[in-house]
Amino acid sequence: MASAFEYAPAPESRSVVDIAPSYGLFIDGEFTEAADGKVFKTVSPSSEEVLSEVAQAGTADVDRAVKAARKAFEKWSALPGSERAKYLFRIARIIQERSRELAVLETLDNGKPIKETRDADLPLVAAHFFYYAGWADKLDHAGYGANPRPLGVAGQVIPWNFPLLMLAWKIAPALATGNTVVLKPAETTPLSALFFADICRQAGLPKGVVNILTGYGDAGEALVTHPDVNKVAFTGSTAVGKAIARSVAGTDKKVTLELGGKGANIVFDDAPIDQAVEGIVTGIFFNQGQVCCAGSRLLVQESVQDEVLDALKRRLSTLRLGDPLDKNTDIGAINSAEQLARITSLVETGEAEGAERWSAPCELPSSGYWFAPTLFTNVTQAHTVARDEIFGPVLSVLSFRTPDEAVAKANNSQYGLSAGIWTEKGSRILAVANKLRAGVVWANTFNKFDPTSPFGGYKESGFGREGGRHGLEAYLDVR
Amino acid sequence: MPTTAPAFADATASDSALRRFLFGLPGVDAVGLEARAASLGTRSIKTTAKAYAIDLAISMIDLTTLEGADTPGKVRALAAKAVNPDPTDRTTPRTAAVCVYPDMASTAAAAVAGSGVKVASVATAFPAGRAALDVKLADVRDAVAAGADEIDMVIDRGAFLSGRFLKVYEEILAVKAECGPARLKVIFETGELSTYDNIRRASWIGMLAGADFIKTSTGKVATNATPANTLLMLEAVRDFRAATGVQIGVKPAGGIRTTKDAVKFLVLVNETAGEDWLDPHWFRFGASSLLNDLLMQRQKLSTGRYSGPDYVTVD
Repeated sequence: MASAFEYAPAPESRSVVDIAPSYGLFIDGEFTEAADGKVFKTVSPSSEEVLSEVAQAGTADVDRAVKAARKAFEKWSALPGSERAKYLFRIARIIQERSRELAVLETLDNGKPIKETRDADLPLVAAHFFYYAGWADKLDHAGYGANPRPLGVAGQVIPWNFPLLMLAWKIAPALATGNTVVLKPAETTPLSALFFADICRQAGLPKGVVNILTGYGDAGEALVTHPDVNKVAFTGSTAVGKAIARSVAGTDKKVTLELGGKGANIVFDDAPIDQAVEGIVTGIFFNQGQVCCAGSRLLVQESVQDEVLDALKRRLSTLRLGDPLDKNTDIGAINSAEQLARITSLVETGEAEGAERWSAPCELPSSGYWFAPTLFTNVTQAHTVARDEIFGPVLSVLSFRTPDEAVAKANNSQYGLSAGIWTEKGSRILAVANKLRAGVVWANTFNKFDPTSPFGGYKESGFGREGGRHGLEAYLDVR
Repeated sequence: MPTTAPAFADATASDSALRRFLFGLPGVDAVGLEARAASLGTRSIKTTAKAYAIDLAISMIDLTTLEGADTPGKVRALAAKAVNPDPTDRTTPRTAAVCVYPDMASTAAAAVAGSGVKVASVATAFPAGRAALDVKLADVRDAVAAGADEIDMVIDRGAFLSGRFLKVYEEILAVKAECGPARLKVIFETGELSTYDNIRRASWIGMLAGADFIKTSTGKVATNATPANTLLMLEAVRDFRAATGVQIGVKPAGGIRTTKDAVKFLVLVNETAGEDWLDPHWFRFGASSLLNDLLMQRQKLSTGRYSGPDYVTVD
């Protein structure tokens, strides 16, 4: 009787979201065309279908948006915290009410599975707004003295890997503390930020408090270098982050940077192996590995290396890659052709340098941008795939013999964003976590997020913290 | 007499060897295990996949009555339902077995004779297992003599929880020896073992002792089969086959009442142990009310209408 249990297609309905053929920039509460009339197309990475055409912001638009934000700042920052909280609570509730629509939209524009947008992104987005709404009238008690003041206009540039979640991480604390915002989403994922603009209007948020500029890197650059911006918040690549740091040097702009990572996921021989395997999978294949805090380096103790690798390969063979809107899809599309090319090239480098490649046996769709879950064994610290951030579904496996060696290898990276520790021994968790130079250290889990928990990096992973009480500091004048 | 799989012969050489072996098994992180089970619970099983899963689930049911009030009439009614679950649709598969107390085994055997439905009998002073070994073995002998094809035994949880693992192991060996051709299901009463580490250790004791099935629970305590404990046991049989080549079945029992629940368990089987276990020979549901919900959902899929409980038989 044994036969295959084939899951029939279970697509989430696209009809819950109504994507307009074109969108303008959201400035001073209105959708408007770019000053020079430029537009660009956004495509669905899983099918290469054009989803919509959006306005491409230029320098003049950036200036207009910053002026709108400046004008709105005076009244917004003068509102009692309890009044600002009302808007944020309202936004949070609208996000919850529209979460199915937003999840489908995000999946279409980003390529990530609906399972993730539905169960991770959207609940976290709403939670973030709820959390910072709660802080808005309690800033006196945040540890920054009585009546801490906002900075002014925040220029925020966010990446494409968690478009709406990164928006929430940026906008929620900024508004709670009384700042106004000009935000630029990534050029490959502009849509959810534009839907968020609509939510701001639905919530009755005063004009100019939130402005959304869709566009490319030049618009982002114009925004962060704008002289009337008081605060720059950026999440993205380390290269761009360094350029931003240079551009604001010598100004009194406050900066937080959330950059790359090469997280070490450390599996000791006394780990709960089955759950560690799940944690490895979550660590590097969640969101196709396009996560700055991904556990992209597996450090496994030599005595359990074979056991862990066998289990990992078996598990990866069960991952379901395909239509991101299908509720049973585990692995969606890579966000763009450009990112796919970067992943492909780094994987080729890995092979050329002698690391041993294994990819899960799965059929890739014929259109769209896809990369099969892949791991490299025989990797050493000297390999490119052990050092460079790949930002894709590619795991480098290294081994270690002692806890000291694990710590040394984990810390031997230009980055320091995340790490994971897998062991049943509580004292080892504490001892190792204390020695890791990483902003987030997970114990017996990975890629768990919560608005109450601060997040940020060491070294080239950036500086400043987002989330939790710590996240308020980035938007308050506490120098 | 079946003996320990050769790959692990040393593990059961003595009480201390068995303890060392069991404590050398990887620990189980409860949060991670439950998260994995919950995540597999979000699989969306629709249309053809649902039809497949419903028929498979029906064919895997050990249709059970284990009440003090059981009578031959009740058992015959149950058996008739097992053989022919839906009189309005003869394409409905029969259940795997009926599961009764030993004194009802002969009645059940007569009632299902020739149908292919097996007779499973609980034994060994079910459900508490608090009796002398001789009494337990006599219980098993009676059930086998009365025509039971399968014996569902309970382990000695008292011995397990006080660390006398070899006693648990040897008792299973002794019961297995009495089973003859009957297949042996070993019930751990996971709700009483309480921790996932214990469930993993109990699974290995059972597998080492020659169980044909490992089974979660009796259905008589507060916590019975859950997705997490069943996932854990599926990992155990998967690992055991990888190590020894010997395949062992899994039976979650108690608390699985709806089609939705059953489908979730089948997803666990499919994505943990794999499709080799998607067969009534290797996976069972210990259940009573589950069957009617499966039948109602089956009727809905084939007719497009949900008819309600008056259109399936009570047993």
